[in-house]
Order: sequence, then C-alpha cells, then structure tokens
Amino acid sequence: MMQSPSSNGVAAYLNDVHKIYQMGMQEVKALAGVSISFETGSFWAILGPSGSGKSTLLNLLGCLDRPTKGTYVLNGHDVSTLDDDDLSDMRLRHLGFIFQSFNLIPQSTVEENIQLPLYYQGWDPEESAERARVLARMVGLEDRLSHRPMELSGGQQQRVAIARALANDPAILLADEPTGNLDSHTTIEIMNLLRALNQQGKTIIMVTHERDIAEYAKHRLYMRDGLIETIES
Amino acid sequence: MLIQKYAREINLGVKNLLLHKLRSFLTMLGVVFGVGSVIAMLAVGEGASKEALDRIRKLGSQNILISSAKSIEEETQTNTRILMSIYGLLYEDERRIAESFPSVNRTVPVKEIRKQARLGERSMELRVVGTTPNWFELIQRPIISGRVLMQRDLDERGNVVVLTEHGVRKLLATKNTIGQTLRLGSEYFEVIGIVQSASVIGGDIQTPDQEIDAYIPVTVARERYGDIFMKRVAGSETREKVELHQIIVQVDSTQNVEMTAKGIEAMLKRFHKKTDYKISVPLTLLRQAEATKRTFNVVLGSIAGISLLVGGIGIMNIMLASVTERTREIGIRRAIGAKKKQIVLQFLIETVVLSTTGGLIGMGIGLLIPWMITLLAGMPTVVSAYSLVLSLGISMGVGILFGIYPAFRASNLDPIVALRHE
Repeated sequence: MMQSPSSNGVAAYLNDVHKIYQMGMQEVKALAGVSISFETGSFWAILGPSGSGKSTLLNLLGCLDRPTKGTYVLNGHDVSTLDDDDLSDMRLRHLGFIFQSFNLIPQSTVEENIQLPLYYQGWDPEESAERARVLARMVGLEDRLSHRPMELSGGQQQRVAIARALANDPAILLADEPTGNLDSHTTIEIMNLLRALNQQGKTIIMVTHERDIAEYAKHRLYMRDGLIETIES
Repeated sequence: MLIQKYAREINLGVKNLLLHKLRSFLTMLGVVFGVGSVIAMLAVGEGASKEALDRIRKLGSQNILISSAKSIEEETQTNTRILMSIYGLLYEDERRIAESFPSVNRTVPVKEIRKQARLGERSMELRVVGTTPNWFELIQRPIISGRVLMQRDLDERGNVVVLTEHGVRKLLATKNTIGQTLRLGSEYFEVIGIVQSASVIGGDIQTPDQEIDAYIPVTVARERYGDIFMKRVAGSETREKVELHQIIVQVDSTQNVEMTAKGIEAMLKRFHKKTDYKISVPLTLLRQAEATKRTFNVVLGSIAGISLLVGGIGIMNIMLASVTERTREIGIRRAIGAKKKQIVLQFLIETVVLSTTGGLIGMGIGLLIPWMITLLAGMPTVVSAYSLVLSLGISMGVGILFGIYPAFRASNLDPIVALRHE
C-alpha cells in the first residue's frame, strides 16, 4: 500500500488542545491541554477510563469536532478553525473511520458501502467499482460484494468497514473500539489485519479500553481527566 | 440536463424509496389524487365552458342582437282582454340605428313569418325570414346553387326566395328547383338560390339560421303579408302587430360594442313608450362566461391546492419519520465526509422523486377520468396542456417545499450524536 503524503513524517499534530463543553451552567473540560504528535506509519492505542477524554480526542482527530483552544494539524493542514464544509472535506480526503458497531449502511451492498467515500469524492462509477473490488479482495471478501451487511458475520462486517475506511487512501485510520462487538477469535483476526495494514505503512490511531487489544499497537497513550497521563512505546 | 447532473442522487433516492414500497406508495397517494383531481376537474370545467363560449362566439362578438319582446306590463295583464297588442321593433328603428351610429357597420332586419308553402305536389309550413342582403354578409354561408338576395330585389319588390338546406329538405327540392315557382301563402315566389345551413349536429341552437327555411326581401314581406300576425294561445286567438322581430347590428370593432349597445338602448328608450325590446350583447355574455370560468377555475384551483397541501404534509410527515429512522445512516455519511448540502440534496431528491412520481401517476388518472366521463356521460371534456404542465410542476414544487424542512433537519444532525443513535 502506498504511504500517504505527509509533512515531516507527522500525520497528525496537536498543540495545547483544549475542549470545553457547556453543560447547562457548568463547564466540562473534556480535554485540558493535550500536545502530541502522531508520526506517519505509527500505530497508536489510546486508553483510559470513561470520561478521561479519549473519545473527545478521537472526535477531534477525526475532524468531527473542533478544539475550543489550541492547534490541530492533520496531514500538513491546520484544521483547528475550519468550517463544517471544510472539515467534511478533510474527513473525506484524509481520514478513514472504523467503529465498534461497524456502521455500515444496511440497505446498501458491500460493494456500495466500500464505494461510499468514492461516491462523495465524485469518482467515475466504473473506477470506483474496480477499487471496491481490489479492497474487498484485500480484506478477503471479494465473493461477498453483492451481499448486504445483515447477511455477513460481525467479523466480515468489520472487514467491510475497514475496506471502506481505506477506500480514500487516508492519512490516518481512526478506530473506535474496533473489536468491541466481536468474539475473541474474530478480534484476533481483525487486529491482525490492522497490524498488517500498519506494517504496510498505514498510520492507525485506535481507542480501546482493553489492554490486550492495545498490545497490538506500537504506542500506547493513557488519558486521565482530559490530560495525557503516560505514553508507552 | 438536471436529471443527468443528479443521476446518481436520483438513483440512490429511488433505491431508498423502493426499500419501503408500500410506504412510498401510500405517501405519494396524496399527490396522486391531488394532481389527478386537478387535471380531471379542469378538464370537465374547460369542456363545459368551451361549449358555452363557442356558442356565444358564434353569435358574433361584434354583434348586438335586438329582439322584439312584449313589455312585462303587458305580459302580466292577463285579465284585460287585449284585442291586438302592438309592440316590438320598427322599420324606423333599423334606419335610425344605421344612420345615427358611426361605429355601426351594418344592420340586418329580421321579420319572421310562418306560411304554408307549396312546391309542386309538396306542401309544408315554412319558417320564412324577411331580410336584406346584409344578412348574407353577416352570416356567411356557402351558396349551394343560384344566388342570395341583392339590393335590386328589395328595390324592385321582386317575389324572389332563397331556400336554406332545411327548407330544401322540407320541400324535397333539388338544384333544379332554381327558377321554379314556390307558393308562400297566397303569393308566388321564384326560387333564386339555395344556401347551406350551419350543421344541425353541432347542436348550436343559437345560430340565427338554424330555424329558418327561406329568405325573402323584407320589403316584399312587408307589402305582401303586412305586420299583423295571428297567434293561437290556449284556444283563444290574439292578434299581434310586430314590424320587425329582430335587428342584428354589427359594430366595426369589439371595443365599440358595449358603447354602441348603450347608445342604441338610450335611443330605443326615447322612441318606445314601453320596453318592448330586448338587447343582448354576445360580447357581454362572453365576458360574463369568461368571468364565470375564471371564478370556477379559482374554486377548482383552491380545492386542488388543498389536496396538494394535504399530500405535501403527508410527504413531510413520512420524511421526518424517515430522517429519525435513518439518523445513523446520516451520521455515517457525514463521518465519511458528506457535506451538509449533500445530505440536504439526498433527502430533497427523495421527496421530489416521490412527489413527481405521484404527479405522473396522478396525470395518468387525470387523463383517464375525463376520457371516461366523455365516454360514459357524453360530457365534453378538454384536457389542456397547461393543466398537465402546471400540475406536474406543482407536484415537483410540493416535493421541494415539503422536503426542505426534513432535509435540513437531517443535515443539521451532529455526526457524533447521529453515530451514537440507536
């Protein structure tokens, strides 16, 4: 797999990032000054108890949200102050998402699901279908292209989601508890697939609360109370 | 082309709608019946008014019709025995109208007579009209044979008669009848021509020549038969003196018609003690009929508008439910990189596809119903192209109007929240 272009080998860079939510009269500091840089080709696991800010961090990294304060540079672009349309465009061109509950579109086939980012990028339908076939082969589902998500097992669904996340050749693959809904056997399968992708040069950032899953990553980042507690390499 | 530009979005929309076939079908029913009823109602209304308007138009929108009529006072005096009622238009009236109004092109006197006629062995009662050559200029009908009346016939008081097709049929006359002698009452007339009548099948009862069998010069009618008529009503005989039964006035342009009619009315009022005439202006009737038609169309339009509104609300309701149901899908699409406007477009296209399909089906129904009405009830219906274009346009508009709110609601969902939605 081709390595994504990046500046100075840094896929994502955060500098003193704060995220404050207004909950009625109360202010909730979800992130209280996070600075870190994720190098291109690295594999990170973000751990921490619930409420530690790991989901908020992932949402920020995924351009689904904007920091209240601080700078976030994704693949060489400062995205801290982008508007909704530009953030959508950053997600479309530079990011791939994998979710705990797979989040495939139920009424679409496997092929259509994989093609979704290409649809929004405005690809030619034939080229897009060809790319979907290549990706399906890569995750071992080339014979399931016309199936609907409901007809597949959890592991297969997650592999479709991974193929979809890779369709736009993202700078970072973001995974939110990717094995949370899978049995132990399938978990190993999916984690091996992610590890293989990382070995091919893909940058992966994964949120998990399971230590043994985190072992697959090269770096582990522990969050507590909106701050980075420790980093293990 | 818009359809090509949004081909993929339309394709996606159709796919999503087909996932819930029954729901989509029920949702579009409102628009189907809305559009169907618009087209059908307009077709029936249009058909009815076209018939009325055509009838009036045939009377001539440049014409003013003045008819003799017993005044209301005289009509109601049933107790007093009147030996002879004298009423109606005078020969003088025609001359005065022709001379006093510069806007009058020509006037046509009409003197109606019923006489027993005899042609060879055949004897029939004919409806005869005494008139002038102006009649044939005003009501132009093809000449089948011979010629029509000329000024010379009036001046010379010639006993000449022109037959209409009706008259020809009654008398069993042919083209060879030209030159033969026709007896009318106690007088003998030379048949000089045969003219075509307006088609009876057209059902056009108001065309002036429909009830006429023969024409003679008005001067001849006056001299030979006089102005006094016997009328038998319920066993008793009344005598009436009427000079002219009708005067048809042709005005030079439609703008001057109403003004001239007012002038004539004022003039007649001055010279007639009683109101023993009736002025009818086809143009006014036409205007009234058109105004009625407009009112009718407004009423129909409102009913149709209400049914389309109901249809639109139905669509909006279902689309709002659909947005809630598909919150997660919207979240997925947004997370992958779909912009807000792309989500708006997706949902808007779904509603437009839904309402336009409904509109097309409604159009089919709207074409079918008038066709069946004409077939079964024999009523004339006219499906106008504008009603088709209008209702299809409106159904698309309904889709856009009632789709916008659900679509914006969908696009404004926070992707983080939407992804967590169960």
